[in-house]
Amino acid sequence: MSTTTSTPKAAAGKRAPHGSPLHKLLARPELGSVVGAVAVLVFFAFAADGFLRASSLSTVLYASSTIGIMAVPVALLMIGGEFDLSAGVMVTSSALVSSMFSYQMTANVWVGVGVSLLVTLAIGAFNGFMLTRTKLPSFIITLGTFLMLTGMNLGFTKLIDDTVSTKTIGDMEGFPAAHAVFASTFSIGGVDFKVTILWWLGLVAVASWILLRTRTGNWIFAVGGNQEAARAVGVPVTRTKIGLYMGVALGAWISGQHLLFSFDAVQSGEGVGNELIYIIAAVIGGCLITGGYGSAVGSAVGALLFGMVSKGIVFAEWNPDWFKFFLGAMLLLATLLNAWVRKRAEAAK
Amino acid sequence: MTETEARTALVELSDVSKHYGTVRALEGVSLEVHAGEITCVLGDNGAGKSTLIKIISGLHRHDGGALSVEGEETRLSSPREALDRGIATVYQDLAVVGLMPVWRNFFLGSEPTKGAGPFKRMDVDLMRRTTHEALLRMGIDLRDVDQPIGTLSGGERQCVAIARAVHFGAKVLVLDEPTAALGVKQSGVVLKYVAAARDQGLGVVLITHNPHHAYLVGDRFVLLRRGAMVGNHTRDEITLDELTKQMAGGGDLDALVHELKRG
Repeated sequence: MSTTTSTPKAAAGKRAPHGSPLHKLLARPELGSVVGAVAVLVFFAFAADGFLRASSLSTVLYASSTIGIMAVPVALLMIGGEFDLSAGVMVTSSALVSSMFSYQMTANVWVGVGVSLLVTLAIGAFNGFMLTRTKLPSFIITLGTFLMLTGMNLGFTKLIDDTVSTKTIGDMEGFPAAHAVFASTFSIGGVDFKVTILWWLGLVAVASWILLRTRTGNWIFAVGGNQEAARAVGVPVTRTKIGLYMGVALGAWISGQHLLFSFDAVQSGEGVGNELIYIIAAVIGGCLITGGYGSAVGSAVGALLFGMVSKGIVFAEWNPDWFKFFLGAMLLLATLLNAWVRKRAEAAK
Repeated sequence: MTETEARTALVELSDVSKHYGTVRALEGVSLEVHAGEITCVLGDNGAGKSTLIKIISGLHRHDGGALSVEGEETRLSSPREALDRGIATVYQDLAVVGLMPVWRNFFLGSEPTKGAGPFKRMDVDLMRRTTHEALLRMGIDLRDVDQPIGTLSGGERQCVAIARAVHFGAKVLVLDEPTAALGVKQSGVVLKYVAAARDQGLGVVLITHNPHHAYLVGDRFVLLRRGAMVGNHTRDEITLDELTKQMAGGGDLDALVHELKRG
């Protein structure tokens, strides 16, 4: 690989390496995370008994999918050049709205699910609107939303239900159907898998399609890569960014409904800290933190790494306190590897 | 000359001014852009060249005087509107998104699509092919239009932007200091493409602070200093020496020569 940069004159054409399959592979944003995922898989295959069993795989995939569903829209947002620190608690807000609306109105749970979708999308639109209107950094805007949502989640729940948890809606009309859509299990060859895995894979497919094959995808890369250039050639920057925040909200709604229908009540203090895990998954997956570069598939590999490490530690019967250490080390390694790979890819022109 | 006067200018500014708060950015500037001609706007840093571009390209609105596009007085409200009226602007540094492939940059903001509903998608094959062909016509043979545009040289990037404007049927091409960051050879290449665009019948506005580059290709010369217009000449009214002298500050230059003269 090093020869491509050190001896440019030896190559017949100056730009020849760009077309080569090796170069194409090196230029993929998710390469670093795939290498990391394979390494972690091999590591736990030896370190943890039964890590490669189908039932363990199912557990790992479930853990990955709960992060992955959010990592996909968070990755798109990061490619578009922004953060959303409110993503973690927004999931809880979405679940709370759904649950409390159904309970208080004694309505079919699907009414609550619908209202929750509207409210969550409105929160996303608020983030995007504030960002494009005030032109403040998204870090500040969404930190504000994060704090406000955290307070509202607890405040409203205590106000309405007198405790930090919502009333159970398990016996309400429509619950079995909603449970089937958001939190059921299905079985392949005798192994049970959670339905969230399908949601996750579906989101990755849709997001990849949008990014790579639609005009919107072109605009997402452009607003993240060079916002002023994008605006100058007529890209609707404001609309694209608000859309990206509403995408995060859509992910939060799916995750929130899963949270609610997995059980039948919601703890209002949940979700704090998860926003960073989504961002970490996206970064490990090759998204450039400054925007303009990355992929949805990468975010999925990042989420898979997260799932493997979090469950691998359990299977290896280690103290779960070490999980955070692994996560941090992985983040650093993956980011370094990504930076190195990208430099290689760009230098070989 | 009389023939040119009779034609309607593609873009005409008469006595245009622009203030940011109490700061006068531009005052009483007039210029004409005709098809198949290059109008050069010359000025030092802070002369108001950027403000002038922003008005013509629709980023800012002027607050005095008149801007006419093909004889119709107008006020451009957005870059999109300027583009729709055939005015394309190529910026010195923000013309492209460096990390994106050449073909994505080429069509950015005007991507061709095929299919309908949820399956409406970019016509990627057409985009790749068109990009390659349009650049080939400009004399750039890229083996891989998938490479990030940031890996091209500065001159090549300018040419991609010019080729893009020509491809999308611009009638007026506004070029912001296309040669400012380039070496002598690259500058020559870019000027060649500017002339090629003119020969295809486009009206070109060339913003520069280099009178030599301007005089190589220009038909009209507008000089700006501290937001005010200090000269407006056609090519047969002025020589390169005079242009250089006016550009350098005219009387101020004489004073400087006197000052620097060793006793």
